[in-house]
Amino acid sequence: MNSSLAVSLVVSAIIYGTPLLLAGLGELLTERSGVLNLGVEGMMLMGAVTAFWTAQRLPGSGPVVLVAAIAAAAVAGGVMALIHAFLSITLRANQIVSGLALTIFAGAAGLSSYLGQEWRLGGEAGRHQLQALNVASLKDVPIAGPILFHQDGLVYLSWLLVIVVAWYLYRTRPGLYLRSVGESPAAADAMGIGVTRYRYTHTVVGGALAGIGGSYFTLALSAQWTDGLTAGAGWIAIALVIFAFWRPGYLLIGAYFFGLLSGLGFDLQARGVQAPSEFFSAIPYLMTVVVLVAVSTGWAKRQLGVPAALGTPYAREEGS
Amino acid sequence: MIRVERRLGVPRWLPYVVPVGSLVAAAVITAIVLLLSRHNPVTTYQQIYQSAFVSPGAMSSTFVYATPLLFTGLCAAVAFRMKVWNIGGEGQLYMGAVGASGAGLALAGLPAPVILLAMVVAGMLAGAVWSAIPGLLRAFLRTNEILTSLMLNYVAGLFLYYLIYDSASYWRDLSSPSAKVFPVGKNLEPSAAWPAWHVAGLVIPMGFLVGVGVAGLLLGVIKLTRMGFEMRVIGEAPAAARYAGMRTRRAVAWVMAASGAFAGLGGASQIGDFGHVLDPRGLQQASYGYTGIVVAALARYNPLAVVVVSFLIGALTNAGFALQGPQFPAGLVGAMEGIILFSVLAGEVLARYRVVRGRPSAPPSEPGRSGVEVDRAEGVPGQPVGEVAP
Repeated sequence: MNSSLAVSLVVSAIIYGTPLLLAGLGELLTERSGVLNLGVEGMMLMGAVTAFWTAQRLPGSGPVVLVAAIAAAAVAGGVMALIHAFLSITLRANQIVSGLALTIFAGAAGLSSYLGQEWRLGGEAGRHQLQALNVASLKDVPIAGPILFHQDGLVYLSWLLVIVVAWYLYRTRPGLYLRSVGESPAAADAMGIGVTRYRYTHTVVGGALAGIGGSYFTLALSAQWTDGLTAGAGWIAIALVIFAFWRPGYLLIGAYFFGLLSGLGFDLQARGVQAPSEFFSAIPYLMTVVVLVAVSTGWAKRQLGVPAALGTPYAREEGS
Repeated sequence: MIRVERRLGVPRWLPYVVPVGSLVAAAVITAIVLLLSRHNPVTTYQQIYQSAFVSPGAMSSTFVYATPLLFTGLCAAVAFRMKVWNIGGEGQLYMGAVGASGAGLALAGLPAPVILLAMVVAGMLAGAVWSAIPGLLRAFLRTNEILTSLMLNYVAGLFLYYLIYDSASYWRDLSSPSAKVFPVGKNLEPSAAWPAWHVAGLVIPMGFLVGVGVAGLLLGVIKLTRMGFEMRVIGEAPAAARYAGMRTRRAVAWVMAASGAFAGLGGASQIGDFGHVLDPRGLQQASYGYTGIVVAALARYNPLAVVVVSFLIGALTNAGFALQGPQFPAGLVGAMEGIILFSVLAGEVLARYRVVRGRPSAPPSEPGRSGVEVDRAEGVPGQPVGEVAP
């Protein structure tokens, strides 16, 4: 394999992995607080449609509009997550069904499609797309140039977020509190940590990141809006969190691995590899199953960092 | 500060008030969404009612959409009852359609009842095999079945496309030059078409009647047999079930397979009752598998209630397709289904708990009520960690 092929594979892994990484980081924060949100797919689609609408309709120069579009996607994702937070934290409803409800509500045949039609986005060519930045004019450096110094803003944001989330979880007091809320909400509560507040905050922030991840589809991967264009990326992001043992660093690796698989089909077909296109499209889904099975083995179970209170609502014993 | 407190005792009216109240609440919330996007909710609801029940042929067409939803609703209901989260009804329905159409094509020429029976069996088997993959993985490796069953939906969808659009498969029609350019599936013989029941101007598909029978049978199994009892115990208190010596892994695998068989039967009915050809687009257009989850939840996972609810949601789906166009918002039906599901969840909780504002009142001193009991009585999945972990 020559170096140009390897570099192009790494670059495509980063591009296709970025939405997975952003949404995965969000879900990681949410799950660390003990809330399982299966609505990632719906939140990503809402982010994708609002970002595209903002980018198409907001007047102004490219960079300003794009920042506004990403912000709008974050708000859309956050608002969606708030519904899940209210149902699962305040009302203590079943988190699995509530998350599924969110994906049905906001998903490919739901609100995101509704808004796409209301805003007449179908068939429009994108006005503004994220452009790769030439950081420190180093893009022409061999190998490192295209990989490290010639990416768009959201890729750099995602790298920054991996560092910030890791630092937050392991090096700050709120991060420690967050982990304790996810492990043992009763103990955290007894320590005077606001369990409800922590869970709400991290569910909403998780939704915002899923929204931003979704915006990457309409702002960078494809310059248009179609119903359900995330095609299961939200679900893969949830699987990635398990695959990453709830750790941000592993999430980066996992996201790019799946990014590589998503991009691989196009790359191989472009290079004349003969196989039905459905086979290439199915690889990420099949690989998700394989990876989930792999992390179910005894060895992996011992490495797992699953928050002990994940999926269980918390209620103080008093008065209940 | 809003808090919820547990009611002492579950009220008798719960099974009726929650679904009805949820539908009303969902209608109100959807009306607000419509108003916000400058649609007239009254006109929209009238349109939905007209095209679901009143217009010529509307009722029969509602049955067309209710039939697959009845099966996917049973698929979700039987699994969710046991807190086995089979989200793969969609893919299991596709595989059922593949199996049934394969059987129908292979047995062309045999007497109609033989073909019909073979299609039913093949559809159920194909659905069961597809759902047994996540089922066995969950039962024996504790792999998260939510994600695996969901991923297999995408794989099954791509498999359908492969069979018809991208290969010279057994299912594809390659007999004419035009069929080679515009891929279509092979049509089944007329003898493979399932009979329908014509009554009072209505056409009720045989699949729907079969579904009603299956629902009744399932209710009997759940209420009357030891297997049904074990299902309930495993769902409510998995630890207790293990201590009692129940074979929980085996039960999980079987329930998952049965759940997939129901969805597969829905796929068989799609071929036998309606399509008579394996049509990837037609099978995928309505996302019956996901909507089945809404049906099951609104029916509170009761098989007989699934029959009624599948008719209601079928009516909504039917109206959505009948009204499709620039005047009618595209994602409205899906959004409304999501809102119904939210309302059901909130309704379940509000019926079991009281909403309290402000600080909790002094706790009633009830010695002897252990934390374990509170957990169980909350009616929420007090799951052990492994239930959501791989």
